[in-house]
Amino acid sequence: MVKIDAKIPEGPLAQKWTNYKAHQKLVNPSNKRKLDIIVVGTGLAGASAAASFGEMGFNVKVFTIQDSPRRAHSIAAQGGINAAKNYPNDGDSVHRLFYDTVKGGDYRAREANVFRLAEVSNAIIDQCVAQGVPFAREYGGLLDNRSFGGAQVSRTFYAKGQTGQQLLLGAYQALMRQVELKTVTLYTRNELVNIVLVDGKARGIISRDLVTGKLQRHFGHAVVLATGGYGNTFFLSTNAIGSNGSAALHAYKKGALFANPSFAQIHPTCIPVHGEFQSKLTLMSESLRNDGRIWVPKKKEDAEAIRAGKLKPTQIAEDDRDYYLERRYPAFGNLVPRDVASRAAKERCDAGFGVGNTGLAVYLDFKEAIERLGEDTIRARYGNLFQMYEKIVDDNPYDTPMMIYPAIHYTMGGIWVDYELQTTVPGLFCAGEANFSDHGANRLGASALMQGLADGYFVLPYTVQNYLADDIRTPRMKGDEPAFVEAEKESQERLNKLLLIKGKRSVDNIHKQLGHIMWDFVGMARNKEGLEIALEKIKEVKKEFWTNVNVPGTNDGMNIELEKANRLADFIEIGELMALDALMREESCGGHFREEHQTEEGEALRHDDKFAFVSCWEYKGEGQEPVMHKEDLKYEEIQLVQRNYK
Amino acid sequence: MEKFLNITLKVWKQNGPREKGRFETYKLSNISVDSSFLEMMDILNEQLINEGKEPVAFDHDCREGICGMCSLYINGRPHGPDDDITTCQLHMRKFKDGETITIEPWRSAGFPVIKDLIVDRSSFDKIIMAGGYVSVNTGGVPDANAIPIPKDHADESMDAASCIGCGACVAACKNGSAMLFVSAKVSQLALLPQGKVEAARRAKAMVARMDELGFGNCTNTGACEVECPKGISISNIARLNREYLKAKIKD
Repeated sequence: MVKIDAKIPEGPLAQKWTNYKAHQKLVNPSNKRKLDIIVVGTGLAGASAAASFGEMGFNVKVFTIQDSPRRAHSIAAQGGINAAKNYPNDGDSVHRLFYDTVKGGDYRAREANVFRLAEVSNAIIDQCVAQGVPFAREYGGLLDNRSFGGAQVSRTFYAKGQTGQQLLLGAYQALMRQVELKTVTLYTRNELVNIVLVDGKARGIISRDLVTGKLQRHFGHAVVLATGGYGNTFFLSTNAIGSNGSAALHAYKKGALFANPSFAQIHPTCIPVHGEFQSKLTLMSESLRNDGRIWVPKKKEDAEAIRAGKLKPTQIAEDDRDYYLERRYPAFGNLVPRDVASRAAKERCDAGFGVGNTGLAVYLDFKEAIERLGEDTIRARYGNLFQMYEKIVDDNPYDTPMMIYPAIHYTMGGIWVDYELQTTVPGLFCAGEANFSDHGANRLGASALMQGLADGYFVLPYTVQNYLADDIRTPRMKGDEPAFVEAEKESQERLNKLLLIKGKRSVDNIHKQLGHIMWDFVGMARNKEGLEIALEKIKEVKKEFWTNVNVPGTNDGMNIELEKANRLADFIEIGELMALDALMREESCGGHFREEHQTEEGEALRHDDKFAFVSCWEYKGEGQEPVMHKEDLKYEEIQLVQRNYK
Repeated sequence: MEKFLNITLKVWKQNGPREKGRFETYKLSNISVDSSFLEMMDILNEQLINEGKEPVAFDHDCREGICGMCSLYINGRPHGPDDDITTCQLHMRKFKDGETITIEPWRSAGFPVIKDLIVDRSSFDKIIMAGGYVSVNTGGVPDANAIPIPKDHADESMDAASCIGCGACVAACKNGSAMLFVSAKVSQLALLPQGKVEAARRAKAMVARMDELGFGNCTNTGACEVECPKGISISNIARLNREYLKAKIKD
């Protein structure tokens, strides 16, 4: 029987992390060298954790599926990173960042974790500046800030539209310094395919060398998963093509709980879908909403004329434009949180006011900002984003408004972790987007970078050390113990099975089918009937996959189709969990919108009396229904109210 | 307005680092001009899989021009016939109906082929390992606003830091030199007070590592700057040379 214990330290909220650090156990330097830590994933959370462990003197092994740690998908984050520095003197504080994050998450996050996140946010900025991250600066030489959705202060630090890139390169460089110093061993083009448990504790992984196709056994006294989110379950998302949920699913199958799987974020500002051959959706940074105004035509006939190509957006008079976010949410306007902005766009398009040739697009217009600030200022702020848009769509956003539509972007759900970021499997930790912890039912912009680096630089170095302090007498295992042999066999059998199906459909073809089901029934608006249909249809996809997928080639050497098939097998199961969780949660909150539960004005309606909990799913074996456990969310500092951005 | 193309592809196929490579010719029809180059490659692979053939292996990931994974040499140019973009941002509207498109991997001594169009760029990681960082550990650093940095220095540093490590500069260079890559990192850090402390050691160590790994010398042809998808300027190479000379004179 799984016991859910978040292990939240005693004391008032603001003292908990200080208390934890004051009482945690330590490992002395000579023992650190004898302890191995495996880190899987080299995005912000993984790279920062691995580098920090190496600096501390632990023996670290770090794994990435890409050819270099620098390519992890954190690199693509554009807009910025939040911190409670209050440099602009606009009333920000640790408490306010904490409050905004809990409120933005629609009161479904754990208070103690979010407070710690806000508390360490300032240290992240200090750390990155010391590493040489070239954040944007004012003429006086001090750091510049901008505002982001869900906040009324400017607390977002940025490096052009490439903040994720610069933060990741900072962490990557710190990591490579440790690789040079030989505290960290780097494994590139190497993918986790299984997790090894010995006596109930995580003791290593089985990985697949993606170049040779060979499986490898790796021992670790502790294992940290920092493998990102599972947004690619939808096939089309803003995630990188290789981003996957397999490590999380392996953890789940080995006894870790999967928390809030249905909480997925739909980002309002993405370039709309244009065709069936499309491979991914491109995000346009939320920072654009600082200066861009979102609108659709007020008159249906104008929208129809635009869709037919007879009218251009620039020909629509000011009075005939519906700036619907400013109309519905005067206090926050274009800067409402992502879930609210996404649903508002869907509402307008469903009502027949959408633009673009599909009618599934709205305008993001910079005309007024250009008139107010000049084209040069806009170019300095968003030049690379405008260029990116123009290369894809072949339209110049300085002259004509951008077209945008929501797309799957981030998954708030993930592996359940306690305050120490440890899963229910001892020794198995989970950080960054891969865990569920800090964003509740909706993540605010510029908070993913903050959480990834908070986990890696400032939380795991304490909590993993605390865990390992009890493990100093455990000798290294060689990798030929029965648990390792058995786990490798299990993985090899699965790969062989995939190769033997020799069906008729490509991996992508089946993945697209899954994606359509997810988007239609488990997407922006969900209802009981649709979710039940989704569950049926996902079962069909699963059967189709395991009987009719075509994986060419062999196990030897590089086989990209085999990698993809191995990941899709897991996406199908994650899709099932998402639908199951969405069906269970009979309320609307954040990114999870159940049509049956909305206010008269069409806003998300929570049911705190019944659903103020984290749903934690326990794997019960192949073909068995998972069992749900609840972690009740207790709020001490914050009073639960309906979110109001009006 | 949708337009479709019929094209012929000549694609480099190579089973492994030590195997002999060859060009294979494929025909594709009805490719939308709105599809990206890599989506066209997806369609090719889908077609090959359905014909029972092995798909073409190529590197790609973010598909939005920032991860630096994609690395195709298209019609004789790294990242193809458009400026300031990566392969994944290239769209088929840049090609003509009936055109033959030649696709090769990066070809350089520093980047051995792994399979088909995929090359091994781990030498770039090794160059960073030699000194492409500021030697600070986690924690114990000063407040972020403790050291003011002039805006133009920060902006110039950011421009150098935009490098995505794709290797197009090396692929474009007739000498196979990695000077643009190295100089971008040296410049980014040398322009900031945080990086100045180790500037001399860094320049020497990174250049020495680059030489060890078999990259060629720079003869100022400027091809790297032309093909760089992020517009990294060769003025960074001039700065690297200054930093390097300064360091050597001090020795």
